Amino acid sequence: MDMLLSGIGMLMHLDVLLALLIGSVGGVIIGAIPGVGPAVAIAILLPATFALPPLVGLVMLLGIYGSSMFGGALPAILINTPGTAVNALTTYDGHPMTRRGEALKALGLAYGASFGSGILSILALILLSPVLAKVAPMFGSKEIFLAALLGLVLVVIAHRGQALAAGMLAGFGVFLGTVGLEPLKYTQRFTFDQPWLASGFDLIVVVLGLFALSQAFLLLSGPEEAPDAKPIKGSMARAMRRTFGHKRLVAAGTGFGVLMGMIPGVGEFTAQFLSYTYAQKTSKTPDAFGNGSEEGLVASEAANNAVPAAAMIPLLALGIPGEALTAMMLSVFYVHNVIPGPQLFQGQIDFVYALYVAMILLNVIVVLFMMVSSNLLLKIIRIPTRFLGVMILTLSFVGVYSLRNSISDCIIAAVFGWIGLILKRQDLPPVPIILGLVLGGIMETKFRPAMARVEVFADFFQRPIAAFLGVAILALVVGHLAALRRQALERAEA
Amino acid sequence: MSDRLAKPVPGVDIPPRPGQRTGTRFQRVLRTISLRQVSGGPRRAAGPGEVIFAAGFFGLSLLLLLLLPFQTDWLSRTKVFVQPRFWPAVAILAMLIFSGGHLLRALAAHPSGGAWDEIKGWLRPLEFALWFLAYVELVPWAGYLLSTILFTCALSWRLGYRSLRWMGVATLFALGTVLVFRSLLGVNIPSGGIYELLPPGGFRSFLMTRF
Repeated sequence: MDMLLSGIGMLMHLDVLLALLIGSVGGVIIGAIPGVGPAVAIAILLPATFALPPLVGLVMLLGIYGSSMFGGALPAILINTPGTAVNALTTYDGHPMTRRGEALKALGLAYGASFGSGILSILALILLSPVLAKVAPMFGSKEIFLAALLGLVLVVIAHRGQALAAGMLAGFGVFLGTVGLEPLKYTQRFTFDQPWLASGFDLIVVVLGLFALSQAFLLLSGPEEAPDAKPIKGSMARAMRRTFGHKRLVAAGTGFGVLMGMIPGVGEFTAQFLSYTYAQKTSKTPDAFGNGSEEGLVASEAANNAVPAAAMIPLLALGIPGEALTAMMLSVFYVHNVIPGPQLFQGQIDFVYALYVAMILLNVIVVLFMMVSSNLLLKIIRIPTRFLGVMILTLSFVGVYSLRNSISDCIIAAVFGWIGLILKRQDLPPVPIILGLVLGGIMETKFRPAMARVEVFADFFQRPIAAFLGVAILALVVGHLAALRRQALERAEA
Repeated sequence: MSDRLAKPVPGVDIPPRPGQRTGTRFQRVLRTISLRQVSGGPRRAAGPGEVIFAAGFFGLSLLLLLLLPFQTDWLSRTKVFVQPRFWPAVAILAMLIFSGGHLLRALAAHPSGGAWDEIKGWLRPLEFALWFLAYVELVPWAGYLLSTILFTCALSWRLGYRSLRWMGVATLFALGTVLVFRSLLGVNIPSGGIYELLPPGGFRSFLMTRF
């Protein structure tokens, strides 16, 4: 309890609270603009936060991360266009409700479910923290290596139907992480004697290219559109209260969100799918799903908003990011000399609690903001797509150039922007590249000490957590291959 | 709604690639995910771009594999897993195996024609990469404020936002960006050479540090 109070004390500073307010409100606005999204916003703002104190910078980015999905529900429901990719499922039931003239009810349910699951997931994490503080120190080099490997395996397998492409891109990410000066023997790798390649590919430059610049290029060269949506009339608070009629689904969605969020490489989509399927299977009106079902909407929004808090677990406890956004957060930690991992839970648990309480506060700020600003946000949604591209390109400059004032960085970012554009046109995911880049570095660093006392292969799995992780990886790979074989046989029979 | 949109500009629009999904506004722009994709159902048939991309990636992987002995070191009396060459080799082999599989899968999907249209779709946005790099080159000379105003207005003009209203919006956006990032947050952007032309004094220092 003392540590919790100490964590709350860390937040009670004007600069921290202001950063939380700016991050939360900014995240909602960014989430509401289709085509921007939290990854773009965080990538752009990341270098700007380097000059800020650690908690201020982290809280601002956390605000954007945690609140963007609230904002993303607005265009998903009103104009059938998800503000962020994870709000896509919200369109299934949210927009049909709007077409029926129930936009206010749909928004109220979406905000209510998001708020409920956001708070519940953070409370679950606060309760889990003492357990994590005990488990995290049990992770040595072997366990962290295996957890990072598990993350990579999961990110490949989770892209179902695209596993080969995801594996290829994850491999590319790992390769990018090896370019430059090698950390142990200080030899050059794939630098082609070019000084600008000696320090390797900076994560932020790659992220800005793959997410922000690629999106700008896509919008600038895409069709010009600007949607209209009708203003909302009525009491949002009253509409939100309807969520109390779906307490079971909010709890279930939170459960799925927390569980899936904790596993690196899985994230919101799987949580949403499980939550939605559960809601449909237990519903008295399963046929209404996809046609404006209140239950479907609640299940989808509850699951996706429970993930951000849970995704912080592998990051904080083990220093292993589960997806692109937490990978970006990791670089903020490093810049501020806050090293996530077992030591953080042992030595700075009040800092961890401060982050959790900040997440609770951001949910409160966001829901209050949404209650009064939905009509205001409708005007922002109306920004034409190409002008949005101009805005993202202009802001991307700040993110890339302010890092080191390096023109080489800008050229590298532009190249990755072009690669990201091709990936988007091909429906291929850029996330495996980012996770490969981050997790590959962790794996290389941990693999060497992990192998120091290994005589035979089995020595690697002597400790219980290492054995568990090894079995989990093996089971996932074998299970995935078996599923592929089954699908191939079914196709052959058909 | 149409009065808020930019006028069509030849050379900017990219034709949709063959087999590209249609749908509401951003479904062509923003990558979203459907229930079918989440549940692992069948994907759409491969387009011609998929084969070209997969072949290109496979070629890159092969090239990197060939370069591996020349671009990494192998140290004597050092264990394999500590070798500087070890991790690049693991990564390149993974790229090679997965991209080979991806290429075979793309070829097996019997893509329809239209490869050249798809490549044109990849090449046209390079214009905007050049715009971005021109902006990067301009900032150290003209200063952040002037460069940003010039960049946003010129690019908006190029995209068809040519009315006085849009020029005003672009200028205001540029000004807001500079005020937030340079004046308020003090991000690390060098002062422009153009400010050196001003007489020494407080005003010049103010412009150099804030704009």
